[in-house]
Amino acid sequence: MIQVEHLTKQYGPKTAIADVSFSVEKGKVLAFLGPNGAGKTTTMRILTGSLPATAGRARVSGFDCFHQPMDVKRSLGYLPETPPLYSEMTVTEYLTFVGRIKGLGPSRLPKALDQVIEQVSLGAVRGRLIAHLSHGFKQRVGLAQALLHDPPVLILDEPTSGLDPRQIIEIRELIKGLAGSHTIVLSTHILPEATAVAQRVVIIHEGRIVAEDTQEQLSARLRRSEKVSLTLKQPPLDARERFLTLPGVLSVHQEDETTFLIETELGRDLRDDLARFTVGHNWGLLELKLVTMSLEDVFLRLTQQEEGVVDGAAVPGEEDRP
Amino acid sequence: MSPVGAIARKEIRSYFVSPIASVIASVFLLIMGGFTYLFILTTSNRSLQMLRVQGNLPDLNINELVFRSMFHDMAVVMLLVIPILTMRLFAEEQKLKTMELLLTSPLTVTDIVLGKFLGVLTVFAGMLGLSAVAPLALAPFAEFRWAPIFTGYLGALLLGGLFLSAGLLASGLTENQIIAVILSFGALLLFWILGWAGQLLSESALGKILFYLSPIDHFENLVKGLVETKDLVYFATGIAFTLFLTHRVIDSRRWR
Repeated sequence: MIQVEHLTKQYGPKTAIADVSFSVEKGKVLAFLGPNGAGKTTTMRILTGSLPATAGRARVSGFDCFHQPMDVKRSLGYLPETPPLYSEMTVTEYLTFVGRIKGLGPSRLPKALDQVIEQVSLGAVRGRLIAHLSHGFKQRVGLAQALLHDPPVLILDEPTSGLDPRQIIEIRELIKGLAGSHTIVLSTHILPEATAVAQRVVIIHEGRIVAEDTQEQLSARLRRSEKVSLTLKQPPLDARERFLTLPGVLSVHQEDETTFLIETELGRDLRDDLARFTVGHNWGLLELKLVTMSLEDVFLRLTQQEEGVVDGAAVPGEEDRP
Repeated sequence: MSPVGAIARKEIRSYFVSPIASVIASVFLLIMGGFTYLFILTTSNRSLQMLRVQGNLPDLNINELVFRSMFHDMAVVMLLVIPILTMRLFAEEQKLKTMELLLTSPLTVTDIVLGKFLGVLTVFAGMLGLSAVAPLALAPFAEFRWAPIFTGYLGALLLGGLFLSAGLLASGLTENQIIAVILSFGALLLFWILGWAGQLLSESALGKILFYLSPIDHFENLVKGLVETKDLVYFATGIAFTLFLTHRVIDSRRWR
């Protein structure tokens, strides 16, 4: 549904994005993850057909974003980071105007309007001036604007920024509900959001894609080893050395007096052995758990060592996070 | 509804929900009313004087004494109020980021520029129409020809259209409304000055070109009641060219 190939955009001498490629299948949700200024908005604006790229190609619903911008614009709904609202209009007036410029005729407009108001729960405020709405409602009006002409593709730039936690959950639920029938690209700098709504995650940093995969794959790919965290009640002074004698243990890091982080060979779960070992020595086992890499770790790891990263590939070489 | 119509309608609406249009129209009409009243008063004083001296009621040319002066002053007042009327057209949308909505909707830049121009032209034409109270109120009490008044209004509409397109262009260049006002003011005054300079250098070719470029003479002909193709062509091409420049400016802003 969306194909992006080697997209590059330069603003004067400054490169906003470089050689960005990815694709999204019909009905899937892709999250664009990256710190502010990474090039998320630039990529999205190119997809909307409003910003020409310096090099590369982007296609939405089979239309070229540069050569067929009108077809692209008709087939997608876009919610910019700042919802483009006319505060002096009421919600209904605003959506009516949007419907007209999106090409909805008088026969389709009233029905589309009612439908979208229902969809994003704006019924209670439809007659209110946009200026008087809360931030959460403004965001919904922005979303309604993108959905009004029922486009197959949705591009949402930071759809939950500045909302309170309850509103964030509501918007996420809404997006999840739209997936399947819509192909969605959304950007965020909040990591749990990407995992909550998207099947695929593209991590972008300083204009380059540093990783693209499903969340599970990403953390698996970056994991060189299994890690187990172990808390003991009364560890002996030489506990660290004693653990190292166990087969399969690669390294042991003492987090504090009673907690150890034990790194073991990949694919080898030593939890059972470790439990038996500590219990056998009567060290007072309090906690034993497998440490999985969160997306946060993946993200930090990727963006902190981008010099070692080759386009979408995993991090080569390697030291450890303590 | 066509996209141009949708944009034009939105512009007209937004002039009336904010106090801008009503304040500008009030000031415009107040000043125009004041000027016209003074011209009528001066003319009637003069006719009374002549009655006293000559003993009979003189045949004064109302068109010349009242309405020609009224249209001249109208041009000056337009020079002052039109930049304020146009300053928000693009600057505000760029500032509030609503321009993104227009640019990501299936609209061409031509639709946007034309829609905005037609919207503000309609508002301006309404203002102009209201000022026609003056000739209508004077009609029962004095004799004058209507034809030059109609052509004068046509001239005012065309001159206003040219000023509006210049204001639209200025507004497209910035997201700051104050800068938009100053730019359009400056441009309009500059063209006015070009006309004067042209008059002074009227012997030389440069003088003739400058004089042709300035709207003064073209407007003056219409106010006198002369409808000539060359003046109509001047206004039409002037407006079209300025709108074309606006199109280029808006289109190029997309790239940045």
